[in-house]
Amino acid sequence: MFHNLGRLLRYRGLIQSLVARELKARYRGSVLGFFWSFINPLLLLLVYWFVFSVVLPGIRPIDVQPYALFMFCGLLPWTWFSSSVLEASNVLIMGGNLIKKVLFPAEVLPFVTVFANMIHFFLGLPIIAAALVYFAVPINWLDLLWLPVIVLVQLIFTLGLALIVAPLTVHFRDLKDILGNLMTFWFFATPIIYPMSLAPEGGKWLLDLNPFTHLAISYQEVLFYDGPFGHWKWLLALGGASIVLFLAGYFLFDRLRDSFAEEV
Amino acid sequence: MTHAIEIDSVSKVYRRFARRRQFATLKSALLSGSLISDLRPDETFSALRDVSLAVPQGQTIGVIGPNGSGKSTLLKLVAGITKPTSGTVSVNGRISALIELGAGFHPEISGRENVFINGIMLGLSKREVTRKFDEIVEFAQLEDFIDAPVKTYSSGMYMRLGFAVAINVDPDVLLIDEVLAVGDQGFTHKCLDKFAEFRRRGKTILLVTHSLGLVERFCDEAVWLDGGQVKATGDPKRVVDAYLIDVEEDEEQYIASGDAKARDATEAAVDETADPPDMFQATEGRWGSREIEIVDVTLEGEDGDASHVFPSGARMSIRVRVKAEQPVADFVFGIGLFNAEGVCCYGTNTDLEELKSDRMAGEGEVVFTIDTLDLVAGTYKLDVAVHKRDGYPYDYHRLLYTFRVKSRTNDIGIFRPRHRWTFPTNIRFTGPLE
Repeated sequence: MFHNLGRLLRYRGLIQSLVARELKARYRGSVLGFFWSFINPLLLLLVYWFVFSVVLPGIRPIDVQPYALFMFCGLLPWTWFSSSVLEASNVLIMGGNLIKKVLFPAEVLPFVTVFANMIHFFLGLPIIAAALVYFAVPINWLDLLWLPVIVLVQLIFTLGLALIVAPLTVHFRDLKDILGNLMTFWFFATPIIYPMSLAPEGGKWLLDLNPFTHLAISYQEVLFYDGPFGHWKWLLALGGASIVLFLAGYFLFDRLRDSFAEEV
Repeated sequence: MTHAIEIDSVSKVYRRFARRRQFATLKSALLSGSLISDLRPDETFSALRDVSLAVPQGQTIGVIGPNGSGKSTLLKLVAGITKPTSGTVSVNGRISALIELGAGFHPEISGRENVFINGIMLGLSKREVTRKFDEIVEFAQLEDFIDAPVKTYSSGMYMRLGFAVAINVDPDVLLIDEVLAVGDQGFTHKCLDKFAEFRRRGKTILLVTHSLGLVERFCDEAVWLDGGQVKATGDPKRVVDAYLIDVEEDEEQYIASGDAKARDATEAAVDETADPPDMFQATEGRWGSREIEIVDVTLEGEDGDASHVFPSGARMSIRVRVKAEQPVADFVFGIGLFNAEGVCCYGTNTDLEELKSDRMAGEGEVVFTIDTLDLVAGTYKLDVAVHKRDGYPYDYHRLLYTFRVKSRTNDIGIFRPRHRWTFPTNIRFTGPLE
């Protein structure tokens, strides 16, 4: 396994060019092209803003201002996460031709989906930056240094999950559909459209069990709230757990690798 | 001599799922606790059984065999795409597998970008692809289209580009799976030239093909796979001949059983008073009053054995057993020969050849001998009939007998006149001119 893990480094050129291809191919032929990477998260934000500011203004937390910016801090990383996992569940089947007909390292495929979605996430960051400036949110520069750490933890966590989901879907095609619904539930079980402080006392421990809660809170604390970043212990713990998840995912992937060419 | 490919008692077992298992889902697997056991094979199918093969470096090996004999599985094992169930496969040097051309192409992006990504997938570095880029594009003859998205390519262009990239990986071992059928004549020749160049440079080639001529011309050795096992290996000509004989035997059986089926069907549906169907409609059938009955028809080759496959130009005899319960005075024997498209190649009868019928009683055998079966390769069907001079049928067998003409020459048409070429001394050929 560790031998194969080492091979991953050799594939970085391949991963790089496949990510580039993915990004290029995604918007090829559409009028706005690459701008969709900016527009998509903005439109998504607009939908949620509409729901919680116009349709259901009563639910909206009063003390969180500006609410749209708060939501965006969680929504953007969530989009990266959920798109990656959902796409990863399909990636081996979509790449069946490669796996069956070419000597191709299959683990490259889930990596490519996660990295490609990460690039979209990065492209959304300037929107947050602009909003921060616009709303004149006080920024604690020291806290901002934590941002790369949060991104790294999320990356490892997402990769781990992608490596588990991708090979299992090959054997159980239903997983793809189950995942779609699971992700919707997961979204609402994460403090993204509501702050953690609004969660009922009894349900807090449940939210704490949700790994993405800590990623969302970390993003919110670093980008949205002023004051020192107090969630770092949780974040580092999640980082450790993510590494274990990643290794477990890679182990599973490696075990099932030989079956891909026949099952895809 | 070092071996480029060593296959040591390799077996490959594919798993097949019973119907019940096929629809197993994660939920049901979890509920019944069979998650782990479902990931294990239950019903199995052996694609390869105990295959051993050693290919010395620089050799070109042709793998032949009928569909489903395990040729492609063997190639995939050598390429490392699948792992053997038991046994070992070892390959020395860089492999390039031409199993499916352009397998990694993304339809939305340009040919240029695809060449880079495909090259990197096949193990080249970005710099190597840059260096070889012009050569690849030139080989694929796609200079004008290289910046168009691949989805706009014709299938030929797609294949050519895939081939050009794969061949320019500069492998030590080249695996080819029936890919020469893709391009036009010109491109096929280019590919063959490229293979010849590979051979000159001492590369190893493993070629899976149904083109037996290619194996004979091109390979140092041939391997004949059948039912997942090596049936013969060695000199290409010898192996190909052995294979052809085997194919012929299979064809014999196939034709014989097909004919028997057609006759059974007409036997069941026979209505002796029925009007004959339109003579120009090429459907099988049998009709007639049976005052004279055709009991049996056999085809015979030069050796006098019953056969269904004949070499072009050989002798063929049609033996027709006939029987008349009562003496008959008015009768004509006829034979018609049709090709697979239903075109009448030849037809004659005793009346046309001015033989006047006199008397027939009891049982006997009529033999129609064709001394030289001057037909091109293909499948032919026979009409055999006995009728009155005015056409009233006693027993008409329409297209109920099939035979095949085989030939090493791929000439076209129906009839092959006896011929020869004559050339002046200043026009010379090399090759097997007789």
